[in-house]
Amino acid sequence: MKSIYKKPESLKEEITIYCPGCGHGIIHRLIAEVIDELNIREKTIGVAPVGCAVLAYDYFNFDVTESAHGRAPAVATAIKRLLPDRIVFTYQGDGDLAAIGTAEIIHSAARGENITVIFVNNAVYGMTKGQMAPTTLPGMKTTTTIDGRDVKCHGYPLKVCELLSQIDGVSYLERTSIDSVQNIIKTKASIKKSFLYQIENNGFSLIEILSPCPVNWKMSPKDSMNWIRDVMSKYFVCGIYKDKGVK
Amino acid sequence: MSKYLLTGCEASAEAAIHAGCKFYAGYPITPQNRFPEYMSKRLPEEGGIFIQAESEISAINMVFGASVCGFRALTSSSSPGISLKQEGISYLAGCQLPAVIINMNRGGPGLGDVTPSQSDYFQATRGGGHGDYRTIVLAPWTVQELYDLTYIAFDIADKYRNPVLILADGVLAQIMESVKFKKKKKKLPIKKWALTGCKGRKPNSIKSLFLTPGVLEKHNWKLYKKYKKIEEKEIRYEKYFCDDVDNIIVSFGTCARICYESVKILRKEGFKIGLFRPITLWPFPYKQLQKEIEKIKKIFVVEMNLGQMIDDVKISNIKNLPIYFYGRPGGGVPTSEEISNFIISCIKGRKEDL
Repeated sequence: MKSIYKKPESLKEEITIYCPGCGHGIIHRLIAEVIDELNIREKTIGVAPVGCAVLAYDYFNFDVTESAHGRAPAVATAIKRLLPDRIVFTYQGDGDLAAIGTAEIIHSAARGENITVIFVNNAVYGMTKGQMAPTTLPGMKTTTTIDGRDVKCHGYPLKVCELLSQIDGVSYLERTSIDSVQNIIKTKASIKKSFLYQIENNGFSLIEILSPCPVNWKMSPKDSMNWIRDVMSKYFVCGIYKDKGVK
Repeated sequence: MSKYLLTGCEASAEAAIHAGCKFYAGYPITPQNRFPEYMSKRLPEEGGIFIQAESEISAINMVFGASVCGFRALTSSSSPGISLKQEGISYLAGCQLPAVIINMNRGGPGLGDVTPSQSDYFQATRGGGHGDYRTIVLAPWTVQELYDLTYIAFDIADKYRNPVLILADGVLAQIMESVKFKKKKKKLPIKKWALTGCKGRKPNSIKSLFLTPGVLEKHNWKLYKKYKKIEEKEIRYEKYFCDDVDNIIVSFGTCARICYESVKILRKEGFKIGLFRPITLWPFPYKQLQKEIEKIKKIFVVEMNLGQMIDDVKISNIKNLPIYFYGRPGGGVPTSEEISNFIISCIKGRKEDL
């Protein structure tokens, strides 16, 4: 019998800590599939964030390091500069990348570091159980905005792709979603393109992925996917925000 | 062998290059701006990477990344900048990553001033960042010693997989002195734990997070054993005129150098006084100082701060001798004459001990 579907080699045989319906498992798998397909597992170095994906080194079957909260792009910068023939990526959530690590992501982009950034936007601090994130939508209820995010008090969500698109050092930016099978396939293609850009020494690229957090959104997994489609992606519009193409 | 006339920053940077350092990240801050300037030119010439980071925080985390993949890495800064690096130093300690951090201490607290100080003694020797950890602290008193200690700091950091801090100050950063170079290191230790891509081996990971109950406790005890070993093996100090003494001065770094002149003045005037100079501030030479204290009558502690080393001297003071303190905080630098005058006053009973 021919095997047509199996666990990617780039994933370990581990049970994850992720909640039912969480998007991290899907995104981990997409990254692992891409790394397998590009045959770069043995030269890939991942940088894990602080947040739900903090244990990524337990799930990915290649070299992965921890980094302090928000500092993954700084850590990745040094690794890639010293080992330019390795493939280096950071995996970061919205709190990590768009709040505490804003300086690091902007300046890594400005330096045009030849790294891939996988940015998982689920509009909430997941690991700490659902506080307002820099990407929490206006009106959205969280444990620190129990009456909904009031932009007069809590400010506006940060649109990372739009923000980074202004920076000359960036080669490729795309916002995708994993709310449907089609979009999961699209997301995988975007991740692959980002890694290929790195292989081509094309400079900084970031894929922002709209991802469900059913437990902290207090929705069923199915409703969470619908909410991404009907609400979240209206504010965070999917699409390519910058693409310099291959040099 | 020829000598080179260099500022402390340049000498320390050159020592790092000679020790095989391949990565430097830093952020401008007075009085150590010559450090990143010098590295920006010299390190790429030697095949290394220089990055001017967007912040002190980013700089220390870049050093973290460089260390993760097995390279000798360095950052330098001055007091407020070193405060910002503390989280990164805690992570380096937790992840057991070697790195060298240079602090050209200036006056504080807060923004303070840009003149030389020793006011970061507590921060350097007591941790600075969060968690149960220790940082090896080396305190040079000349540009030559700053060179020598920077050179060996990388070996010590690699040997114990632990960050090493060099606590110098604004004087040592900017003063120009002649320096003898050591041989450029060719053979560096192999680091099997480093992340280089998992070709031909199982994947490596670097982490300081241990969520399973009891595992972090074990990790901490493992670190404790390492720190005990460092306390046994790595203590450095020097003593001067201590063979025939009634009193000794305990002082470190630039201040010790000024005290050395004070001792010479005092001995000319017939006072039997010596100087004890800790070179490792952690591990502190408690037993070695204790041995000196056994044969004297009075202890003088002289620092360019409000007396931060006194706590450590007290631990060595098993005879409960009177301790006299002379300090110049906030960027003040004492002269050898004002120190010797203070000591004469103390010996003649005109000053109170602590």
